[in-house]
Amino acid sequence: MSQIKPAMGHPAGGRNDARNPLIARDRDWHPAPLAPGYKTSVTRAPQRPLVAMPTTLSEQTGPAFGHGLIGELDNNLILNFTGQPAIGERIIVHGRVTDENGRGVSGTLVEAWQANAGGRYRHKKDGYLAPLDPNFGGCGRTITAEDGSYEFLTIRPGAYPWPNRVNDWRPMHIHLSLFGSGFGQRLITQLYFEGDPLIARCPIVHTIGQDKAIQSLIAPLDMNRAIPMDCLAYRFDVVLRGRRQTVFENRMEGM
Amino acid sequence: MYPKETPSQTAGPYVHIGLTPNFVGIHGIYDQDLGASPIADGAKGEVVTITGTVRDGAGMVMRDALIETWQADAAGIYPSNDPRGVADPNVSGWARIVADFDSGEWTLRTVKPGRVPAPDGRLMAPHISLWIVARGINIGLQTRLHFEDADNDGCPVLARIEQSDRVATLMAKKTGPSDYRFNIILQGIGETVFFDL
Ligand SMILES: [Fe+2]
Repeated sequence: MSQIKPAMGHPAGGRNDARNPLIARDRDWHPAPLAPGYKTSVTRAPQRPLVAMPTTLSEQTGPAFGHGLIGELDNNLILNFTGQPAIGERIIVHGRVTDENGRGVSGTLVEAWQANAGGRYRHKKDGYLAPLDPNFGGCGRTITAEDGSYEFLTIRPGAYPWPNRVNDWRPMHIHLSLFGSGFGQRLITQLYFEGDPLIARCPIVHTIGQDKAIQSLIAPLDMNRAIPMDCLAYRFDVVLRGRRQTVFENRMEGM
Repeated sequence: MYPKETPSQTAGPYVHIGLTPNFVGIHGIYDQDLGASPIADGAKGEVVTITGTVRDGAGMVMRDALIETWQADAAGIYPSNDPRGVADPNVSGWARIVADFDSGEWTLRTVKPGRVPAPDGRLMAPHISLWIVARGINIGLQTRLHFEDADNDGCPVLARIEQSDRVATLMAKKTGPSDYRFNIILQGIGETVFFDL
């Protein structure tokens, strides 16, 4: 049976101490749930206000995944489907996962998925005319190192058209899913590539209101990590919700 | 200054490729999809099966919804980094459940969680935390599933919901000896309570 190992992961007393509340989300920084330019969001956004309150143990604890979960090629999307190389521009995508206190988030699961070099997903609902690549599955995963760093080897995904307005195209992007040490830190986002002219035209990108927030999703070219005669590199750092660093507040007398 | 949290973006229509690739026929990369069950054989407590749907504001069943669940064991201890103790080794507490592509129905088989204290020490009603993503959802939606026949008295989180008739949207309805139904409505009449926590 598929089973994550319980009771491993984040020791009490450390910086991931589950007794510490998570810092409240800045909902003005995140995308608006209802963004008319992204038509599907119009019927999928709650109308009632969210019920807001400080986090509890239910958000401050979360599942942990061991390094043992990860297979040797899991973070190599070029080879992990058939063992034969996928077609496309070879790139390293790497960065550091930190929290809002600037500390590295170690040992956390990062999952990625993307279209192939032609902009086609391996999915029965994707009927785009660009062909499937027989050697590209489209997903990968890794666990962050002690300092929060991670890396993937993949091909640069293609842009693709999608049904929204008549001629909407998604910029090249990689979807990323991250955990942290508390369920309330759970995050899915998308990585875009420096210089892509479609970013400015994308209604999904522009569900985010603040330009600085959008800029934080654009990975710059990183020639320091590019490997000569092999692959280019892009750097993408991710910030997860942090914890308020005190155990003294909101505690009943005597607890 | 402190860094800002990375902004969310929609999981999109192809989220299953990344999170449950075997479910969409991408085999050979991962042995199995993560989070197939939050319990293993021998888990202590009352095993229950919860089924439901997620509907949008147009009343359409969302066949592309993906839900992650996180819960305590039957004694109310979380299976990872709970400062109060070690949980039942047969409870991982976390599951990834996907709506059926044809019917939109999802199913969670688990044990009923115990009560967990809120930060002020008062006991919260037994609950399973849910995080819902799909195309059109720009930031994952947080809600909680409770059981209509459980001892839910005195829960400080449920007490926080001003329109008390909306509490019913967070209650799984008993439909059989160990079966419950929990329908989630994202928008409109009967809209589920979602949390910012
Ligand atoms: Fe995409």
